[in-house]
Amino acid sequence: AERPAEEQQLGAVQQPERAAPARQAAHLLRRRARQHRQPGQRLGRRAQRLPPPAAGQGGRPGGQRLHRHPAQAVFARGIAAASGRFICVGTSSGLVLVFDIPSKGTNITLSEVLQEHHDSITDIASEVGENPDGAADLVTADDSGALCVWRSKEEFSLLTKISAFGWTCSSVKLWNGVIAAGYGNGQIRLYEATSGALRATVSAHARWIYALDLAPLTGKLLSGAEDSYVQIWKLSRSPDTGDIEIEHCHSECVTDTQLCGARFCDPEGNSFAATGYDLSEIVRYGQV
Amino acid sequence: MFLFCMLRVDEWTDVDRKRVMNDIITTMFNKKFMEELFKPQELYSKKALRTVYDRLAHASIMRLNQASMDKLYDLMTMAFKYQVLLCPRPKDILLVTFNHLDAIKDFIRDSPNILNQVDETFRQLIDMYSCLSAGEFQLIRQTLLIFFQDMHIRVSIFLKDKVQNSNGRFVLPISGPVPWGTEVPGLIRMFNCNGDEVKRVEFTNGGNYISPQREGSFDLYGDRVLKLGTNMYSVSRPVETHMSGASKTLASHTKENAAPNPLAKEELNFLARLMGGLEIKKPNGSEPGFRLNLFTTDEEEEHAALTRPEELSYKVINIQATQDQQQNEELARIMGEFEVTDQPRQSTSKGDDLLAMMDEL
Repeated sequence: AERPAEEQQLGAVQQPERAAPARQAAHLLRRRARQHRQPGQRLGRRAQRLPPPAAGQGGRPGGQRLHRHPAQAVFARGIAAASGRFICVGTSSGLVLVFDIPSKGTNITLSEVLQEHHDSITDIASEVGENPDGAADLVTADDSGALCVWRSKEEFSLLTKISAFGWTCSSVKLWNGVIAAGYGNGQIRLYEATSGALRATVSAHARWIYALDLAPLTGKLLSGAEDSYVQIWKLSRSPDTGDIEIEHCHSECVTDTQLCGARFCDPEGNSFAATGYDLSEIVRYGQV
Repeated sequence: MFLFCMLRVDEWTDVDRKRVMNDIITTMFNKKFMEELFKPQELYSKKALRTVYDRLAHASIMRLNQASMDKLYDLMTMAFKYQVLLCPRPKDILLVTFNHLDAIKDFIRDSPNILNQVDETFRQLIDMYSCLSAGEFQLIRQTLLIFFQDMHIRVSIFLKDKVQNSNGRFVLPISGPVPWGTEVPGLIRMFNCNGDEVKRVEFTNGGNYISPQREGSFDLYGDRVLKLGTNMYSVSRPVETHMSGASKTLASHTKENAAPNPLAKEELNFLARLMGGLEIKKPNGSEPGFRLNLFTTDEEEEHAALTRPEELSYKVINIQATQDQQQNEELARIMGEFEVTDQPRQSTSKGDDLLAMMDEL
């Protein structure tokens, strides 16, 4: 028995739409790779050649690029929700994919692609505190240490770019217009989101920082690194000068563990959890 | 690692040692093999790596039986895991590699041909890796660490030196020099909107760090500064260092778990291409040319083989040499280059063996 005509049509339309965003994104990555492929070069099943980062980009030691470009891995890294409507995903090529999530239904579409980074994205953060109109609501960070600050209305517009100083920015957070960025050399930096101005530097850790988290109700900041330490800080803004301040609150050593993840367990920051390489447990700390 | 162990076998003469060392290093740095390794590719699976290791070990006239081979492989794996884990900066994995190569060059300093091969590889490494960013090095390091995840085999030399705990996990120091490019933790600097520093505060971070002295050299020759990757057996220790000590801990410790690899078929094909034509040297007669036993007695070796926990066994892949040769002529040709040209001596008397070898040197 034949299905009624309407049902058939619906059946035909729905499937392609559901697959659209993933296919679109993959198509974009492949197109970029194809543009730069040398003739006769065989691509592995998962490895695709992607455009090399721009020469002279800050943060690349040695400067000179090889004439022989090794194939690069393709992966996604960094994800954040923005404006209650979008999900942004970072990729190894430096592209940030912005997906539009409808309030009802499963019709997710790729709304735009942000093309300001030349190195693999490491982390993306959206504003977790107060967000006055016209202010920044998204920060993206990459392997070279460069940061991009965005505002989203219907579309994303670049507010400012913060240049790298020679180290990977591995983790980033945004709160009340303050950007907190953790770097591979153990330093934490605070920036003014709208202008990109540097407001504080902290020599926080002796190794690569992997995790940052922010407790939005109090402005507490947490950093976890390969030196096995979790450090707790307090961010604030001076009411008179408007200067951004940061103070150290607490140190916690997770013995013999290179931390790769750490998070507050409540929005005030009274408890936190951490885990690391080779550890099959999550260790939780609370204030007594 | 493997080569360092061999140096300590007392029953061998210097001539034997040199011969085996040269054979293995020549095979390891074979031009075509290196070309294959330098192609960008995914990491080998555990089985594949173990197979490569087995083949390399048997590329000389030396023999090891299963128990000793397993033990040697465990040692090598844990030592390498330690080196990768403790790298202060991601880029230091390159310095560790250079330390390895420096040591290898020292072993073969009297053989200019092999020395050239090693130097060539050195130059290729410098070319390909020197200008990777910190982020790219960290990705490589993370990939390697995932390979070693959940391996906690206890190694007697590490336990003695207190770099490994009795639960098999490595000790992470919270003191000493910070990596090159990192500041000693403890300082907060705050700036106003004009960029002027307005406040400076110190805090205690919990560790006991100091500034680093200098950066290691990434050139063909130079002081690497970093000690990771240097010969861990070069320091003499008060207690006996025979590796038989580790056999007891090995049998009692069962934390490893080798997960099955879903891409096994693809990897095996690649590995077959790589090594399909390689023939294991069959020593003539019932007695092998040289046998390496990592235990104090033969009985202990057999006992270790029997009592080795199932979880720690590495399933060695058997490659069908003839089939794969037919599949790919080019690789069969490459594999032809993989063989050491010298044939083992066939005389029955040990004295004759050595005399003959000395004639060749």
